[in-house]
Amino acid sequence: MSSQNSKVAYYPGCALEGTGSAYDRSTRAVGKALGLGIEELENWNCCGAMEVKNIDPKLQTYLSARNLSIAEKMGHTTVMAPCNGCYHNLKKAEYDLAHDLASVEVNERLSAKAGHAAYRPGKVTTIHALDWIRDAIGEDGIKARVRNSLSGLKIANYYGCMYTRPRHIFPEKDKGPGSESTSKPHFMDDLLAAAGAQNVDYPLKTACCGGAHTLSDSDTSTRLVLNLLTTAEACGADVIATECPTCHTGLEMHQARAEKVLGKKTTVKILYFTQLLGMALGLSARAVGVHENFSESRDLLREKGLG
Amino acid sequence: MAEPAGIDERIEAILAASPADLAARADAHADALLAIGEAVLERWVIARGLVPTGDAVEGFRLLALHRQGAVGEPSFHACRETCRELVYHVNLIRLEPDHPDRPQRIRLAAMVARHLVLFVDGKLEVAGLGEFCCAARPLRANEAEAAAAIPG
Repeated sequence: MSSQNSKVAYYPGCALEGTGSAYDRSTRAVGKALGLGIEELENWNCCGAMEVKNIDPKLQTYLSARNLSIAEKMGHTTVMAPCNGCYHNLKKAEYDLAHDLASVEVNERLSAKAGHAAYRPGKVTTIHALDWIRDAIGEDGIKARVRNSLSGLKIANYYGCMYTRPRHIFPEKDKGPGSESTSKPHFMDDLLAAAGAQNVDYPLKTACCGGAHTLSDSDTSTRLVLNLLTTAEACGADVIATECPTCHTGLEMHQARAEKVLGKKTTVKILYFTQLLGMALGLSARAVGVHENFSESRDLLREKGLG
Repeated sequence: MAEPAGIDERIEAILAASPADLAARADAHADALLAIGEAVLERWVIARGLVPTGDAVEGFRLLALHRQGAVGEPSFHACRETCRELVYHVNLIRLEPDHPDRPQRIRLAAMVARHLVLFVDGKLEVAGLGEFCCAARPLRANEAEAAAAIPG
């Protein structure tokens, strides 16, 4: 076990307190089952998500930097963010504060106004939940802990667009063997394969889900999601594994909408990778929040002897 | 150049074709899907007031068009891997003519092409409003500028 990531600061972000609560529940449960410590950031704030970034990107940088400064103040050098949007924004703040003087100036000014020390880049490393489990436990560690193999479950791993883009804010990726790839990400594939799953070769693993368009142009989002779902089914997948609450919710909601509006029914199930991993580790479906998912997968899980 | 009108129908026709047809006309289908991808990217490039490039990157004009379409438009990188997946599947189809999975490979290439069409169409639809991708630069910058220009 890597000592660096065996106890990390935890930044759940807003989505994991709402639509993504099953991701929060399963992340915490998996961490506990693996003996990994997490300490939630005290008094954390929104990372700036899309809404603030779209109006004032430097304000978004400050909002994310404030969370990093809290992690630093709590004595952590690593903060783990399971949400792709949060992960992306914290990484972007780190990059901007290291490369953009105007962002530094805004961060200094707003931090002073808010009465806390301004975050300086290089103090805290942001990681995704995938990095956390892979670095601290690894595939061999997962294999050794599996109590209920995912054997027989065919999975399309869907990473979404923000986990790897833009490449320059993820300097640790694309460093050869052992590192994550921005063009063909594989950390989720690796972890779930270690838990016994059969991963399918899914050609749309980083394609857009239309998440940002869900409210403003639902039809485009529905068509994009429908294509993700039908492609996963064409690849033979029983399940699409997700690692982002926005993608996950979009897949679930537009799966239902595609059937209602377009008359296109798909049956592939949608589960967070932490839910799958948790069940492989012997946790019940309820303990990892499967009942909170909009997509009904319990029949399949029972059929496969999971949960 | 494939005409944008009818693109959806052409993709659906490929997806509806029998395995025997897909196997027999695999190269033609692969070429058609690549042409559809190029046509869609041409639309994006032209909409931005540019002349579509005739160059190739790694042997594919599709990749050169994507590169051209992404200049000054970081959010367009969200379809970079979709373009590369289309090229990958076309390569599989062309380079392994006797492979038993050829029909399946064409179907997957068609689905990848469909995703590219949907993504670029979505970008074009909202071009007057802002960015399609959530990883993009300020969505409502133009609106804010317009609002600031209104007197009073």
